[in-house]
Parts: sequence; structure tokens; C-alpha cells
Amino acid sequence: MVTVCLDGKAGWIKQVRIPAISCNSIRLSGIEAWNGCIDALVLSKRLTFLVSPRWRNVIMRTYLNRIIIFIFGLLLCPTVLSAQTQDTLTPVALQEIFLRHDRNRFESHTSPASVQSLSGEQLKKLNSLSVADALRYFSGIQLKDYGGIGGIKTVNVRSMGSQHTGVFFDGIQLGNAQNGQVDLGKFSLDNMQQVSLYQGQRSEMQQSAKAYASSNTIYLQTKTPKFKPDETYQLAVGVRSGSFGLFNPSLNLNYKINDAISARLSTELVNAHGRYKFQYSNGIYDTTAVRNNADIKSYRVEASVHGNHKNKDLWNVKYYHYNSERGLPGAIVANRFARPQRLWDRNNFLQADYKHQFGETYAIKVRGKYGDDYSWYLDPEIVTTTGFLENTYNQQEYYLSLVNTYKVKPYWTLSLATDVQHNTMQSNMYRFAYPKRTTLLNVLASDFNFKRLTIQASFLSTGVYESVKYYEAADDLQEFSPSLLFNVQPFKSADFRLRGFYKKMFRMPTFNDLYYTFVGNTFLDPEYSEQINLGFSWQKDLGSTLLNVTSDIYNIWITDKIVAIPGTNLFRWTMYNLGEVETKGIETSVTTSGKISADFNYSARLTYTFQESLDKTSGGNSFGQQIPYVPKHSGSATLMMDYKNIALNYSFIYTGERYSQKANIASNYLQPWYTHDISVNYELPFFGENPLKFGLEVNNLFDQHYAVIKNFPMPGRSFRLNLNYQF
Amino acid sequence: MKKISALVLIFFGLYACQSDDPIPDDDVQNPGGQNPTSVAGFYLLNEGNMSMNKASLDYMDYETGDYKRTVFSQANPDLVGGLGDIGNAIGIYGSKLYVVVNGSNKVEVLDVNSGKRIKQIDIDNPRYLTFYNGKGYLSSYLGTIGDPNAPNGIVAEIDTTSLNITRRVEVGRQPEELVAYNDKIYVANSGGYSPPEYESTVSVIDVNAFTEINRIEVGINLHRLKIDDEGDLYVTSRGDYYEIPSKLFVVDTHTETVKKSFDIGVSNLTIHKDIAYMYNSEFSFITGDYEISYLMLDTKTETILDQTYISEKDKNLIEMPYGIAVNPETDEVLITDAKDYVTPGNLYCFTPDGALKWSVQTGDIPAHITFNYE
Repeated sequence: MVTVCLDGKAGWIKQVRIPAISCNSIRLSGIEAWNGCIDALVLSKRLTFLVSPRWRNVIMRTYLNRIIIFIFGLLLCPTVLSAQTQDTLTPVALQEIFLRHDRNRFESHTSPASVQSLSGEQLKKLNSLSVADALRYFSGIQLKDYGGIGGIKTVNVRSMGSQHTGVFFDGIQLGNAQNGQVDLGKFSLDNMQQVSLYQGQRSEMQQSAKAYASSNTIYLQTKTPKFKPDETYQLAVGVRSGSFGLFNPSLNLNYKINDAISARLSTELVNAHGRYKFQYSNGIYDTTAVRNNADIKSYRVEASVHGNHKNKDLWNVKYYHYNSERGLPGAIVANRFARPQRLWDRNNFLQADYKHQFGETYAIKVRGKYGDDYSWYLDPEIVTTTGFLENTYNQQEYYLSLVNTYKVKPYWTLSLATDVQHNTMQSNMYRFAYPKRTTLLNVLASDFNFKRLTIQASFLSTGVYESVKYYEAADDLQEFSPSLLFNVQPFKSADFRLRGFYKKMFRMPTFNDLYYTFVGNTFLDPEYSEQINLGFSWQKDLGSTLLNVTSDIYNIWITDKIVAIPGTNLFRWTMYNLGEVETKGIETSVTTSGKISADFNYSARLTYTFQESLDKTSGGNSFGQQIPYVPKHSGSATLMMDYKNIALNYSFIYTGERYSQKANIASNYLQPWYTHDISVNYELPFFGENPLKFGLEVNNLFDQHYAVIKNFPMPGRSFRLNLNYQF
Repeated sequence: MKKISALVLIFFGLYACQSDDPIPDDDVQNPGGQNPTSVAGFYLLNEGNMSMNKASLDYMDYETGDYKRTVFSQANPDLVGGLGDIGNAIGIYGSKLYVVVNGSNKVEVLDVNSGKRIKQIDIDNPRYLTFYNGKGYLSSYLGTIGDPNAPNGIVAEIDTTSLNITRRVEVGRQPEELVAYNDKIYVANSGGYSPPEYESTVSVIDVNAFTEINRIEVGINLHRLKIDDEGDLYVTSRGDYYEIPSKLFVVDTHTETVKKSFDIGVSNLTIHKDIAYMYNSEFSFITGDYEISYLMLDTKTETILDQTYISEKDKNLIEMPYGIAVNPETDEVLITDAKDYVTPGNLYCFTPDGALKWSVQTGDIPAHITFNYE
């Protein structure tokens, strides 16, 4: 046993020579603040220096000394893992010590807002095809899944409604001014490095003003190139196939242009007939039918260039293209099991960010985006005087953001962010208004970061300016939204930290809410949310096991909820600010990970969510009843095990009873559902340097028939096979 | 490891089995105060929201005073999918009850007493029906699904003995309500699929030849069509929901021309003993809410009466009137309340003096009523 003492003052000095040891016999002292955030000491001879200024400060504050500590974020995980395995197998004389640090775990422990993340290897092993599939494992999330490969998948975080969740793609929001929802089933995990969910808001000071402007946020971080010293390119190919007639080849290419600039190309094709059997039963009749018109054909290309000039100038440029054609299988109702509606989508965006550090205290970050979304809906069941009903919707988004951060004191950072966004929309619909919206967001945020206390306050100003080509525009709007977040270590031990936040936010009525022909109502006000959250994170390093328990309790009020109410007949719905919802919830997760032997690792996670989301609309017909599709109880369990070159993953998802409509009556009752998924990943030694990666997934192992949304049956047992090779 | 597996096991144990399907909402309500006449009772069809597959059938038995819900699914528990999606119209002819289920592309033919299915008639996008000389006549929004050059609707003839569709005739686009009178069928065309290109005519069909013989120019986007004892049609026009307001037209079937029009909106109406009982619910851009009015019209003099059929104090009971019927014997007015359309509605019964007599809870979107004669 070797004890490495990390107390003292100074910064980054020399190497330390330690006799031959294996990783897990090293104990650390003097870094309580990180306790539980350090996975292992990784011992190697050569690795690149990679420390962000933020981490350097953290390290300096925690009195590291005498040895060189390298902190790795997840970016280097794969490299680190391989280094780790080798070194633990063969104790060697070491020249340097590297401290491997789990940035996610550190963040979830010290972040003022509750954060859940899945990244890298975990994402690969989970039985997931799209971002939506991965989000099922987070607590506090209800995935609205209409079933099948091409089905729409949106999330409802803490019963607030999808429009309150901001989805960020590499730090820039994926907007949808038309309906305020992002179909997360469209975003493949193939190019995803990390998926995170922040309640309230992320506390990163270089984030844009938009990042403050949602009640909660999902961050999607795509993969960026990382090279070993002598590499100039990496080429990875893969293919997935299985149930639903899935054929899903992908290709990823990393190319190193020079030491500072690299490029990445990621592309994939999804083709599936989407058919599956489902059971249709009321307990007396019981029939099996096939889901039809569920096919999808989609194509994605992402190309990016990344620059890093001595850690002072960092920039990224990304182009994203997605194209799809799919059938809309529709609701299953009596005597009607097949529908002919089709949808085509085309999304294009170009986005870039640039960061420059002026000395130690001042930095700027600029972000920009241009996006164009087009969709075309065809309904052969409606014949108009000009043929089948065809609707086209076209949206453009222009976005520019500037963030200034200034470090007033080592413990005090100020951020001033200004965003301008311009949205336009066109459609071939009758009486379409051709709306345009300019949104100006300014935020001033202040972050106090002491060893045992973090306080972040922000104040957001939102100005919305609406105009239309025809008819009436909605009124302009000016709103101010404050938030206050904290994280405190109340005791001497860094194992336990308390967190909490208060946030008031709103979501704008969407273009559909305001201007949709016959439905829109330009009198609409925004829908407001107010959140209070209090939680803790407790992490304990038990030697070979690491235990982490987090829990949050929250209360959320939604007022002026925008709801659709049919008018004099079912074809004449109108939007109103009519609802009020109060949610009381608890989220708990228990995570444990560790080593059973040198080549047997495991990690397990249990989550549980309780939500009481009551309709508090005064004078309403459902006052005091649980709102639709929100279960009181839900949870998940996942277990991942690695033994040598085999990885096994098991996951279980449970959603309790719910109601499909506002009235909590028997005819609206929906059964609880749960699914068991398993996957096996195997690395087969192959010609060349890298192994052939082979994976098999079985989803809904016990073939349970269920529906997340009433009359939209989900698939029973299904299989997926994948092969990946990196040249 | 063991601890984890134990935890996992507990977790499963807790939820390892689903509970049984709950019993449907079949509780019997008895509001009391019924006086049976030759009218034994009435069926009420709840539309249910689109895609929810929640159409349901209720029955009021005047003899016992019992109001039973979900009588279709109780009489036919083994029919896949139940009654279906969007119950759009209902009618009794002979000993059979016909239920038009728009979203399920079918007409259910039931035994009027037992509620058991006799036959299902498949027809795309059916809307309303009427009966005449041993035949049922059904309007349907589209004659052919899947043909981009066939925007017109049809009226289908159903033989009430064989329960087959025997003849079809093309009419205007998206036909709605219809009546049969004097060997002719009058059907209101809406053209609702192609705004702003609405239809503005009532199609006239010769029953014997089963061909369209005339189109009477009335007003745009027609919907309701009722007939009085003198053979005058009362036809509602929904306008274009924007600039062109809703209206009520009176069409003389003898001359096949519009003889009178009223600048009032009518959402729904029923004619009983020379009185049209009407209501209107319309969005007001001044109050930002729905304004609801209850009107009576004398069909003999064709004038609007300055009296109403619901007392002032009871008007506020009704959030969103959606269906109306008058008991042919007792003159009691039945009005359904769809409320916010996503919760179970109510049915109110008013005495001929306009006082609330009783009320019951219905299914979602209670809409269509038909009386059952002994």
C-alpha cells in the first residue's frame, strides 16, 4: 500500500516516482473535496496534458502538491481505461501518476442543480438507438413514445410539459418555434458523447443566455476527435440490424489537419419497415394485429471542424443534415388498424462557436447558428378540391450569442450573455399568418465558488417581438426571470452536499398556439413555471466500491397553462391559457460501482420518482386530479458488468398507473408497464490493432404488451445486433 | 453485488404483476322523477375525443328511472375495440338501433332492446343518417378514399332488412345532416376539407332514381338540416369562422329556394311541435370567451320568440351545450353539456317551463339522443 499525500500548496511540479504498485492499492489523502469523484489513479508513462483552467483552479484550491495530477474528463476515457487495464495487470515501475477524475460524478455532486448524465461507454451499452431511448433511464422524465422506430418521442420533465425543456446540441439550442417540441427520436446516439439533463439550469458560466431560458435543459454533446500521438485519422464503421427490418449502417471519420485543427464526419442511414405485432385486448377480447405504416427511411450527416490554439482560442463549426420519410401509423381504434398518412422531414443547420481567453480573468464566447427545417405532411384520407391534403411547414432560425465572463476574484465570476434569435415560418395552409419572431435575451449571472459553498444567481431579461405578414400578430412581450441556485457542504466531510434552487421561468406560446389556422389564438399569454428544489448528494468511497445516493424534493407550479379546448365542434379547437398544475415530487437515485476482481467491474443504478401533479385549475372539472400521463410512481434499474472483453447490461424500466385524460376515472385508466432489456457486448480479437465489437440487444425481454400513449401500442420483444470496427 | 441483486429483486417484487383491468364506468344513476309514456326511454351517444376510441352509449329507462352508461360495451364485451372512435349519429328504425361511428368507419346496428350487435356495416367516414320507407340514408364525407380526384361525398342507402348498402349517390363535398321528405333526400354540403372553398348548397336526391336532381344555393359551410311539419328545411351555415358569420336559413322544399334567413348563429337545433329549440355557442373576441345563447323559433310564423327554454338561473349550469332533444310526449328538453371535452359530460333535463328537473353524468362529449318508443 502506498499513500500519496496531496496536501501542501504549490501547483504543477514534477514527476513522482513510485515503486511498482497496482492501481487500487493507492490511497489518497488531502483531497476530501474530491472524495467520491475520483475513480482511480491511472498509472501510465505518457499521456497528454489536458487540464482546463476551471479544473486547475479547483486543483489549486485543494492543495495538490508534489505530484503531477492529470485530470481527465470523459473526453479521454477510452484511452484511460485501456491504460488502466494494462497497468493493473502488470505492475510496472511508474514515472508519473495520473489521477483519473470522473467529471460527471464530480459535477453531479457539486452542481447546484440536479444533473443526470450518461456518456461514452454507458451510452453504447444501453439498449438505445436514439437520444430518447437513453433519456428513459433518468429519473423525473416521462418519455412520450408513440411506439416503433419512426414514432415521435418527446420528453416531459417533472410534469411540466415538453415545451418547458430546452434541448441543446453542442451548447446551442435546438429550437422549434412551430410547436416548441424536439422529437428526440430523431437524434441518433451514434454520434453522441454525452447526454445530460439539468433541472433548473446548468451552472456553467460560459453558457448562452438561452441556456437560462428554459425550466430545465437537456444537453447533447456530440463526439469530437481525439488522437493518439501518431495518429492522423480514425475511421470507424458499424452496422445495426434486427427486428422491424432495421438496417442501420454508420460511418465515422476523424481527421487531424494539424496539431490545432481536426475534423470529424459522422453519417448514418436508418431504414426499417417498422412493422411489429401488438396485442389488443380489454381482458375479454384479445387479438393480435400488426402495426402498419410505421416504416422509416432516414439519413443523417454531421460534419465538424474543431480548433484549439494553445487553449486560448477554441472553436467549433458544425453542419448537421437530417432527411427522413416515414409513415404515421396513427391511433389504433375499433375497426381501423391501418392509416395512410406520411411525413417527410428535412433539417439543416450550421452552427459555430468561438472562445477566446484574455489572460486569466476575462473570456468571451461567441455562438451562432442558422437552421432551416422543412416538413411535408400528406393525408390521403382527406381529399380537397386540389387533391390529397398536403401541408408544408418551413421554418428558419437565425441565432447569435455573445458571452462575457469575468473573474472578479478567484472565487467570484460574473457572466453577461446576450442572445438574439430570429424565427420565421411559412406554410401552405389556408389563412397562414407567416409569423416572424425576434427574441432578445440578456442575462447577468454571478457565481460564487468557495470550497464548501457555491451560489449562483442569474437574472434573465427576455424581449419578444412578433410580426406577421397577414392577419393579427400577438403582442410583444417583456419578461424578467430570476433564478438562485446553491450547493453547500454542511459538514467537514465532502461526502455529503446539499443543493437547491429557485427558478421562475416561462415558455412562449408557439407559432402553432398563436397562428395555426382555426386553432391559434393570438391573445395567448406565456405559460409560467415556478420551481423550488432541495436535494442532497452523498458519495462514499468504500475502497473497492463507490456508493452515491442523491435525492431531490421539489415543488413546481405551472400557471396560465396553454391548453387546447375544442370549440363548437371537434374540428374547431382553440388554444387558451386555462390550466394550473401543481407538482410535488421526489427523485432518488442510488448508484454503486466498483471492482470485484482485477478484470471484473460493475456499476448499478436504481432510480425512483414520485410525482403528484395535480390539476389546480380553479373551477375546472378535474380539480385536484392527477394530470394525464403522469404516473405517481416510476423508476428504473440498470446493471452493467464488464468481465475482460465481455460487457453485460441489464435494465428495467417501470412506469406506474396513469390516466390518459384529465378525469381520473376507470375508462381513462392506463395500466402500469415495465420492460426488461438486456444487451451483451463482446470484443472479438481481430486482424489489425483493434477488436471487432459485437453487440446483441434484446428489448422487452418478456414480451410485455403495453402502450405509453393510449391507442399507440408499443412493440413486444425485439432484437438488435450491431457490429463495429475502427480502422 | 449481492446487495444490488437483492435490491433489484425487491424492486421487481413490488411491481411484478399488473393489476386487472378496472371495471368500466357502469354505475347506474337514478335521478328520479321520470314519467313513462309511449316513450320508453332514450339512447344517448357520447362522441369521445378523436383517436381516444371512447365513443360510448348510454340508456335512460323511463320505466325504472335508471340511467345506464356504457351499455354497448356491456352488451357486447367481446367486440374488438368496442364501439370505437367518435360516435357521430344515432337513430332507431323498427327494432334496430343504428350508431354511426365516424372515426371507426362503421355503422353499428344493434338490437334496440338488448343493445347487442346485429351487424357492423363498414363505410368510410360516415357522418349522419335518416330513415325513409324501409331504408336508411347515410351521409359520408368521401365517396372514395385514396383517389385525389374524388373530393365529393356520398349518400348511401342501407336496406334495413338485409343491412347492406344497396345504392350510393354522389353529392357535394363533405355532406353533413340530411332528411328525407316527399320522395326526396335533402343533404347539407359543407366542403369543410377545402377552406376557403366551402360548399354552399343543399343537394336534392330523388329517392326512387337515387340520383342528385338539384342543388339549392343556401350559404357556405352548411351543417344542420331539420324539417318542420310544413316541409320547410332549417339549415345552418357555419360561415368561414372569420369574416363570414354563421346564419340560419329556411328553405322551402316545394320551390327548393331559400325563403328566409336569420342573422344568427345556430350550433344545433331540434324541431318539436312547431318550435325550433336552438342554441349557439360562439367565441367572442370582446370577452375572450364563449357566449352561449338559447333561442326558440316558431316554425309556423318563422319568427324568433322572445322566450327561452332554460330558466336564467339554470343557464350557468351548462358549460358547453353540445346536443339537444325534446321528449315528444312530455315536452321536456334534454341538453347535453360537453364541458371541456376531455372529461365526462352531463345531461340536463328541463321541464317545459325551463326549470331544471334532473341531471346525470354521461360519457365524454355527450352529443346525440334518440327516443325509444315502446
